[in-house]
Amino acid sequence: MSATATPVRARRRPPREASGSPLLLGHGRLPRVLAGTALVVLAVVWLVPFLWAIATSVQSEKDVATTGLSPFKGAFTLDSYQEILERGNVSVWAFNSFLIAGLVTLLTVVVSTLAAYGFSRGTFRGRRALLAVTVAAIMIPPQLLVVPLFDQMLLFNMVDTYAAVILPQVVAPMMVFILKRFFDGIPKELEEAARIDGASEFRVFRSIVLPLSRPIVAAVAIFVFIGAWNNFMWPFIVTNDPDLMTLPVGLATVKDAYGIQYAQSMASALLAALPLIVVFLLFQRRIVNSVATTGLGGS
Amino acid sequence: MTTTAPLGAEERTDPATGPADGRRAVLRRIRPGNGFVFVLPFLLVFGLFMVWPIVQGLWMSFTDSSLALRDTGFVGFDNYTEAFGDPDVWSSLGNTLFFTAISSVPLVLVALAMALLVHSGLAGQWAWRLAFFAPYLLPVTVVTLIWTWLYQPELGLGNQLLDSFGMAPVGWLSDESVAMWSIAALTVWWTVGFNFLLYLAALQSLPTTFDEAAALDGAGAWRRLWSITLPQLRRTTGLVAMLQILASLKVFDQIYILTKGGPNGSTRPVLEYVYDVGFTGYRLGYASAVSYLFFALIIVVSLVQFRLFRRED
Repeated sequence: MSATATPVRARRRPPREASGSPLLLGHGRLPRVLAGTALVVLAVVWLVPFLWAIATSVQSEKDVATTGLSPFKGAFTLDSYQEILERGNVSVWAFNSFLIAGLVTLLTVVVSTLAAYGFSRGTFRGRRALLAVTVAAIMIPPQLLVVPLFDQMLLFNMVDTYAAVILPQVVAPMMVFILKRFFDGIPKELEEAARIDGASEFRVFRSIVLPLSRPIVAAVAIFVFIGAWNNFMWPFIVTNDPDLMTLPVGLATVKDAYGIQYAQSMASALLAALPLIVVFLLFQRRIVNSVATTGLGGS
Repeated sequence: MTTTAPLGAEERTDPATGPADGRRAVLRRIRPGNGFVFVLPFLLVFGLFMVWPIVQGLWMSFTDSSLALRDTGFVGFDNYTEAFGDPDVWSSLGNTLFFTAISSVPLVLVALAMALLVHSGLAGQWAWRLAFFAPYLLPVTVVTLIWTWLYQPELGLGNQLLDSFGMAPVGWLSDESVAMWSIAALTVWWTVGFNFLLYLAALQSLPTTFDEAAALDGAGAWRRLWSITLPQLRRTTGLVAMLQILASLKVFDQIYILTKGGPNGSTRPVLEYVYDVGFTGYRLGYASAVSYLFFALIIVVSLVQFRLFRRED
């Protein structure tokens, strides 16, 4: 990083950015240089697997197997990508992933915001007890329930259906809790006025509380989507039909079939990685802020 | 907890209760309006896909139910006593705890280091954030595909690097004493981004006054890091550590795909044993019993952490 003393001093204050106060590395040059070096080294280490995968994916299988020390030596070709896309499975799985993660997100957001509003403003009997049970359920790792849940799906005859993949993922006690806490913080005066004007409770929820909660709802939606997109164990257990598989599950089932074809497996890995990276680039600020507002995320 | 704003959805959507005089008085009286309707959809999925399997699983753990044979018999605590004497339960538990130990520590410390460095005000915030957070966005299969290639015995990056330094190749996933470390390294790379964001968010919300005062008093960067910033992050560290330990205890996906628990069961975690027993061995009852024992352990860990966390505050 910076090697001279003067620019260091000049740069000390300005880089406040929009993101808050910097650590104030001090007037000393040493901490600044050390910090910069460490940052670059860490970032390089974190990017190497991606770069290695990209470099491998744009070569022929033959070159990958023979170039020895570096995949950067072989001739550039997009054959692997073409073959992956022509085989068709990857696009079916990508479609399933979008459909399933999208529906899980939609249903979870609807069900959870409604429940959070009911828990926050409702006065029905047993509200506190139900809320306590919901909060307690946050501790239960869903992975531990796969055995009885699978048994239940057999009973309902739902194995190998979209519903079986989607519905159990809609249960998100953590999200209900996060939303409820946010709703609790919204002042009630606005709603009172609307109620006095005769607005139905659903109207109050839709037209007053929900618009005020857009950042938190977006945060919840983003984390539910990432979680559902990446969920492996449950979709893996409940789907056998390749046409119903999500990307993670589908790729796992053919991993062994690819055998030594590293260019193709890297190409498919990168194709599968692309959608969420794009989502992140589009919503970067929102994602970072959402962690700050919710405190916690993923399941 | 609010009880000041009653719901009265049914009453008010009733067409009869249009805008009329004396509405206020009426509204006052419909206090019992409940809001239960709002909670109902959640209760439905919650009851069906969470409470039911919890109860069903507990019941199953006292039976010899299996996927092959639907007829189940009550066997009392047999499954539990068998689990206590089952060496595979203990070895998979040991593997899980070992993985948790070697993954949680770097997942907290590296995340902290990343957040401190990115927060220190060097240019290019978003690029660093993307570099550290991007792997967290990848599905597990993609992560394992990439790392299978890095760990590949002859052509993989790992052994090629060692070779270029004149060192002997390592059996990243095939050597019993190395495999779990390889999986932990992959896991740190993959998931550290989330902890990093939690730390970054915490750093950005810290008050700068102490820091500035100390700087005026001539405290150097290191001193302020140790005496001001890190102590201010203690709550966050408690939270991150707690979430991370619970997450690491639940490891399954990447191990199942990478090594299927091998070589020689040296990387098989508890959840994979549950999966193997239940879905490959068809012993749902026994698998449930092992699940519940593990769940008990998780509760104990959470309670202990909660205690420690409380005292730190």
